[in-house]
Amino acid sequence: MSFPWAKQYQPKAPLMRWMDEKLPVPRLVYNAIGAGYPVPRNLNYWWNFGVLAGAALMVQIVTGIVLAMHFHSSAASAFDSVNGTIMRDVNAGWFLRYAHANGASMFFIVVYTHIFRGLYYGSYKAPREMVWLLGVVIFLLMMATAFMGYVLPWGQMSFWGAQVITGFFSAIPVVGETIRVWLLGGYAPDDAALNRFFSLHYLLPFVIAGVIILHIWALHIPGSNNPTGVDVKGEQDTVPFHPYYTAKDGFGLLVFLALFSVLIFYFPDYLGHPDNYIPANPLATPAHIVPEWYFWPFYAILRAFTSDFILPAKLWGVLAMFGSILLLFFLPWLDSSPVRSNNYRPKARIAFWVLVVDVLVLGYCGGSPATNTYIVLSQICAAYYFLHFLVILPMIARSERPTPLPNSITEAVLAGHGGTSPSETALAH
Amino acid sequence: MATDTVSTPGESPDHVGDPRRRDFLNIAAVAFPAVGGGIAVLVPLVNQMSPSADVLAQSTTEVDLSKIAPGQGVITTFRKQPLFVRNLTPKEVAEADAVPVSSLRDPETLEQRTKEGKKNWLITLGVCTHLGCIPLGINEGDNRGKFGGYFCPCHGSQYDTAARIRLGPAPKNLAVPDYKFTSPTTVLVG
Repeated sequence: MSFPWAKQYQPKAPLMRWMDEKLPVPRLVYNAIGAGYPVPRNLNYWWNFGVLAGAALMVQIVTGIVLAMHFHSSAASAFDSVNGTIMRDVNAGWFLRYAHANGASMFFIVVYTHIFRGLYYGSYKAPREMVWLLGVVIFLLMMATAFMGYVLPWGQMSFWGAQVITGFFSAIPVVGETIRVWLLGGYAPDDAALNRFFSLHYLLPFVIAGVIILHIWALHIPGSNNPTGVDVKGEQDTVPFHPYYTAKDGFGLLVFLALFSVLIFYFPDYLGHPDNYIPANPLATPAHIVPEWYFWPFYAILRAFTSDFILPAKLWGVLAMFGSILLLFFLPWLDSSPVRSNNYRPKARIAFWVLVVDVLVLGYCGGSPATNTYIVLSQICAAYYFLHFLVILPMIARSERPTPLPNSITEAVLAGHGGTSPSETALAH
Repeated sequence: MATDTVSTPGESPDHVGDPRRRDFLNIAAVAFPAVGGGIAVLVPLVNQMSPSADVLAQSTTEVDLSKIAPGQGVITTFRKQPLFVRNLTPKEVAEADAVPVSSLRDPETLEQRTKEGKKNWLITLGVCTHLGCIPLGINEGDNRGKFGGYFCPCHGSQYDTAARIRLGPAPKNLAVPDYKFTSPTTVLVG
């Protein structure tokens, strides 16, 4: 599971020796995130985001469990329990609620960065395909959890979000409407839907935690990737996780918490939607239904399909939206280049940054009203998104001539460009 | 055991050849309750998600039409979903009739969507067939879109005066629920 030069766990205190014989949990921790796990010496700050995602999940679980102690999962009183009881009456309830709501945004910011880190440095490639696949599973679970959580305050956006998202299933031919009614437990979102969403919203984070354990387990078999993408060749290429990366991740964690605090204490509603402070009204649709910002790129893809082509437009939109995520499961085999890091791939690097811009534009379109300009822009960007993964990346992998790779991580570090930021490294070539 | 010629009671001798009845009985005895039990457990676990009897019990709605003047509409609820009841003006009826049915995405005539002799009473669900928003147009002063019927603000679907889809992403006309006239001025929906 680790390199042969990894430090061995040697408990000194009698109690720890006794513990090690009976239940070697300290040994597990030592080998997983302690001095017993050797990590490439050149990881930059983009490698902080895995740990930060774990921290964000813990914040969500802790604040969520506490909020659940005060929440009423009933269509009649959910809105009041959130906006009345929790926000005004419960001691520090406002803080817990804002931490939970903004914590979801922080979680997605961190996870999107983590995903794009993996895309840039080729962390999805062999031998880490399973790490990537499990990561996509975590991402899907996160999206489901976040959606169901947003329904719980039972405001206008909660209600109509539930209506629109469960409406996706009615796009399935023949049985779609039956499935939708089954999922909601009624013809429209109501008590039945709210209660089951609450139950699943409480469950799924623990499923995510379980898949994260598999994600880390799968990662620790080959060990972490690094900015050069070159394999670890020997002991000189690594440093122990503790204290080197516990310190580096600790610093990143402080920056994360500082930004998180700014959001909670100064802009708690900045990322939310004012319509969600209106109680759910099944007889009035808000003029402009938008999901939370982290779903905007996918919402833009959904809305990009406006005319029927063999299948109804609605079904195309739903298929494309789910397809845009499911596509990521095939990425390790779509990009056949043996070079991992985009620092050494001049063409793939350009394609990467175009994709970043493409997703940002999709996000902007998804958050805007469905006017013609934005629809056309969404159509172009959605087409490019699929083109990137299905055509451009596989073609680049075949035609590109990578720049020379360093012989080892140590050589790159001593030459002064082993762990620098991507742009600096790119300039060095 | 393959060379053993003496079989112990209760065990299947290997030399008897296929099918070995006792093995079959063993497998069947385990498989039958396993599959049956699995289904028996799964059915309630899946079916608990379906609408419960109390939800289904709210299945009819009575609407009084006497207060709705031509050109007006009311919005009420049917199975917790919005229900549009609209009294079409002769002009709106004529507009709907003038559309060639073959040109429609979901071809239906106004006759097919209303009751005989009550062509002015357009009763539909107020649920956009795209993703379930409530279209505008039932109240006076609402944006009714290009075709004078309903306009969905979410994704821009436009319906005509027979609530048929004419433009935008929605695949179907606004649904017409089952209903009947219980008196000249009352309908029972559901």
